Amino acid sequence: MTTPASTPAAPTQYLIRGASLLGRDAGDLLLRDGVIAAVGSAAAGEASPDAAIIDAAGLVALPGMVDLHTHLREPGREDAETVETGSRAAALGGFTAIHAMANSSPVADTAGVVEQVYRLGLASGWVEVRPVGAVTVGLGGERLAELGAMAESRASVRVFSDDGICVSDPVLMRRALEYVKAFDGVIAQHAQEPRLTEGAQMNEGDVSAVLGLTGWPAVAEESIIARDVLLAQHVGSRLHVCHVSTAGSVEIIRWAKARGIHVTAEVTPHHLLLTDDLVRSYDPVYKVNPPLRTPDDVSALRAALADGTIDVVGTDHAPHPSEHKECEWAQAAMGMTGLETALSVVQHAMVETGLLDWEGFARVTSVTPARIGRLAHQGRPLAAGEPANLILVDPTARWTVDPSTMATKGRNSPFRGLELPGSVRATFFAGHATVLDGRLATPRPAALGATGEAPAWSI
Amino acid sequence: MKHLLSTQDLSARNALRLLDVAEEMAAVGEREIKKLPALRGRTVVNLFFEDSTRTRISFEAAAKRLSADVINFAAKGSSVSKGESLKDTAQTLEAMSADAVVIRHPASGAPARLAASGWIDAAVVNAGDGTHEHPTQALLDAFTLRRHWAQVGGTASAGTDLTGMKVLIVGDVLHSRVARSNVWLLTTLGAEVLLAGPPTLLPVGVGAWPCTVFYNLDDALAERPDAVMMLRLQAERMNAAFFPSTREYSRRWGFDDGRLALLDTLGLDDTVIMHPGPMNRGLEISSAAADSPRSTVLAQVRNGVSVRMATLYLLLAGDPHDDTHDQHDDLTVLIPEGRTP
Amino acid sequence: MTVPTPESGPHKRVVLAEADIDRALTRIAHEILEANKGSRDLVLLGIPRRGFPLAQRLAQKIAAVDPAVDPDLITGQLDVTMYRDDLRRHPTRSPLATQLPPSGIDDKVVVLVDDVLYSGRTVRAALDALADLGRPRTVRLAVLVDRGHRELPIRADHVGKNLPTSSRERVRVHLAEIDLIGGSAVNEVVIEDRV
Repeated sequence: MTTPASTPAAPTQYLIRGASLLGRDAGDLLLRDGVIAAVGSAAAGEASPDAAIIDAAGLVALPGMVDLHTHLREPGREDAETVETGSRAAALGGFTAIHAMANSSPVADTAGVVEQVYRLGLASGWVEVRPVGAVTVGLGGERLAELGAMAESRASVRVFSDDGICVSDPVLMRRALEYVKAFDGVIAQHAQEPRLTEGAQMNEGDVSAVLGLTGWPAVAEESIIARDVLLAQHVGSRLHVCHVSTAGSVEIIRWAKARGIHVTAEVTPHHLLLTDDLVRSYDPVYKVNPPLRTPDDVSALRAALADGTIDVVGTDHAPHPSEHKECEWAQAAMGMTGLETALSVVQHAMVETGLLDWEGFARVTSVTPARIGRLAHQGRPLAAGEPANLILVDPTARWTVDPSTMATKGRNSPFRGLELPGSVRATFFAGHATVLDGRLATPRPAALGATGEAPAWSI
Repeated sequence: MKHLLSTQDLSARNALRLLDVAEEMAAVGEREIKKLPALRGRTVVNLFFEDSTRTRISFEAAAKRLSADVINFAAKGSSVSKGESLKDTAQTLEAMSADAVVIRHPASGAPARLAASGWIDAAVVNAGDGTHEHPTQALLDAFTLRRHWAQVGGTASAGTDLTGMKVLIVGDVLHSRVARSNVWLLTTLGAEVLLAGPPTLLPVGVGAWPCTVFYNLDDALAERPDAVMMLRLQAERMNAAFFPSTREYSRRWGFDDGRLALLDTLGLDDTVIMHPGPMNRGLEISSAAADSPRSTVLAQVRNGVSVRMATLYLLLAGDPHDDTHDQHDDLTVLIPEGRTP
Repeated sequence: MTVPTPESGPHKRVVLAEADIDRALTRIAHEILEANKGSRDLVLLGIPRRGFPLAQRLAQKIAAVDPAVDPDLITGQLDVTMYRDDLRRHPTRSPLATQLPPSGIDDKVVVLVDDVLYSGRTVRAALDALADLGRPRTVRLAVLVDRGHRELPIRADHVGKNLPTSSRERVRVHLAEIDLIGGSAVNEVVIEDRV
């Protein structure tokens, strides 16, 4: 990979040579003015002489990954993560868009808070930051938040979630599903029956029986999903199920889809790889909600992601300060970092197992999440005229996960010490290289032009 | 031997070694001078995040009989109750040169966490963690059972295991660290373990345990156990819908006078009744049963000191940096690596 | 103690054969009776492991002289593991049983019996262990071999054989009650070069 040494400012054109597009035939790509200007043999001819040339032989070109489920912690817990650090981690992980979950402090339950997060994302410029709005005021599960105001705010919120807490009241859930139809929104449910999971610490099963940790039974997830798909059917709404973790949930979603219910489902990279056996160490780095499940669940989730029952991968990137993990299991916070390992874990669990090809990878990490989040300019084909949100991946790379070197503030990676395949060599966000040579390059300059804060892609 | 965290990781060989050393410690307990110089100059910290005077004084007596210096660190009224973390507490103890930390903690896994964290170099002894394990309780129960079994068989107990013995554990298995530690240790030592209790108080996943499960106590007694271990019913379970009422619990799963008589009817002359204490008399065990000649309750308390002496001795007496050359196949603790592919 | 590596097989010579051991024990038994002016109040406490069979053999020889003596009733075993001053220098050793004769040791003439007297540290530990068990009138020490190199002001009252050794050498006592060499029980004292 070479960039002209004489240009201190970021190049305006990139000619990517010989990348394998979606893992298929090798070809050239010309990026110019935020879009893919040309693809294939035409690209080189159209490139201006000062275009930065990137030798991408052996690399796979994919649409930039879109995460529907990221915890950026700002505002409120800037010691855990900020929009800046989280979006740097996202760019390094191959993302061009992330959805910031609403459980910040204050909760993102008003237009003011979602606009703040949105503006911080614009200022950072590493990825597109789309705020998720809370479903209920303060995540309290009692009154609907001002969903319409958030939808109509500059942040144009389309995904609403109380993630971390289940919208367990069936009437409230029904109303939320109905209400967001007015602006094509979607409710992303954290499916967890609260009474069945009081004090829950880990998956309920053989391992919890031995460890003496309070169980989080699969039925607590499955019963909520079953209820919600029926509610979604009844009111004709879109439902998105966050972080599906059990084989039983897969069966219910498969059934719902067969009935034509508008349900989409998400799985995290960690649920595609790790099992509750790891909890035997009592190391809280493995503590997460929903909990790590059994090998049978992992197999079912992989199969479901491959056959489309589960639509997308969402990281549920959840950084925590070290003191929230360096403690007893029961006192530890739930959550794992994931932005910088997602591509590698999914490659390991899905691509290298033959369950997905790279096109399938693009579908579950980019195309479908963008569609669910209603991001028209993300997850697009690698074709002339499309927005230049794309990444270059070296699928043959092998690396050992070391949380201390990550861009996220969180050190709570459950993959630490594992050798994983796949490395993001470059990330282009609206035609701007945020990552080059596997390292952070420069953020996209904040697009604060005459039209106010409207960025180029927001048309 | 570096730590004693659970009985699940204890090999039969190491368990027997602990019990055999405990026999020698018991002999010391019968002397006029009940003190040994083996741990002179070593410091044992009793780090109790949960009130348990019985366990604490048992460990304290054990450490003192081995001439160790004992520091009692009760979490109540200390900086711990002001929000100090386990990590900071551990590092404080490390700075005080603790050689062993005997930890009682309401959170399952806290001792394992302490041992594996690198916060502290001391040997860690689990003195009961949440609803996980209480390995020294199981060791003293096994010691008590082994002595009883040897007496019944007319042999010496040292060197023997529990092969052929049938032990019935009754009550709230779900929340019982005593039950878990006993299930693993007694089966490791060759005993057959039966469990009886209300289905709500048996863990999901109990089917994978090396035990036979009964929902009816009388059916379990008909299996002719050699020992019946009654578990304490914690007060906080009584109002949490695990069973309709304490009266119903007592009727169905309590060791009452009728069941005491049933042992005689069944001709189970050598069957003992155990309880880890403290007992809820009239609830899980009747006074007549608790005070009958079959009851081993006081022997269990006495044996607790011997077993804890053996534990501290085996953990602390030898060269801590010479584990690999230990000809006795010392206790090695398996901390799961926490790694898949 | 380390096991010599087979390739470099240490040089080994027998310094006491079975008959020599027996003769030495007979003499020690007579010395004990003489020093005590009879068998009255005698208690022989062997230090594990090889001191105990030696104490048993001595008791039998004493009983042979004095038929009033029941050898089982004057013999015991005194474990000193937990009194050693070198516990921390070795992997943890399991203590062995201490068994006193029914008469106890208070006001008795206790003869400590061990196989080899070397630094004197084991005997020091035995004296401490004894003090925790009772108050003998007199404590004597009988050893099969005294090899010198004392590190403490301790001497034996009865010695089977004085063996001047180099500290580079190792003295090994094999007794039929404990030691099987090549499948057969052996009684011998050998000196090996420490490799």
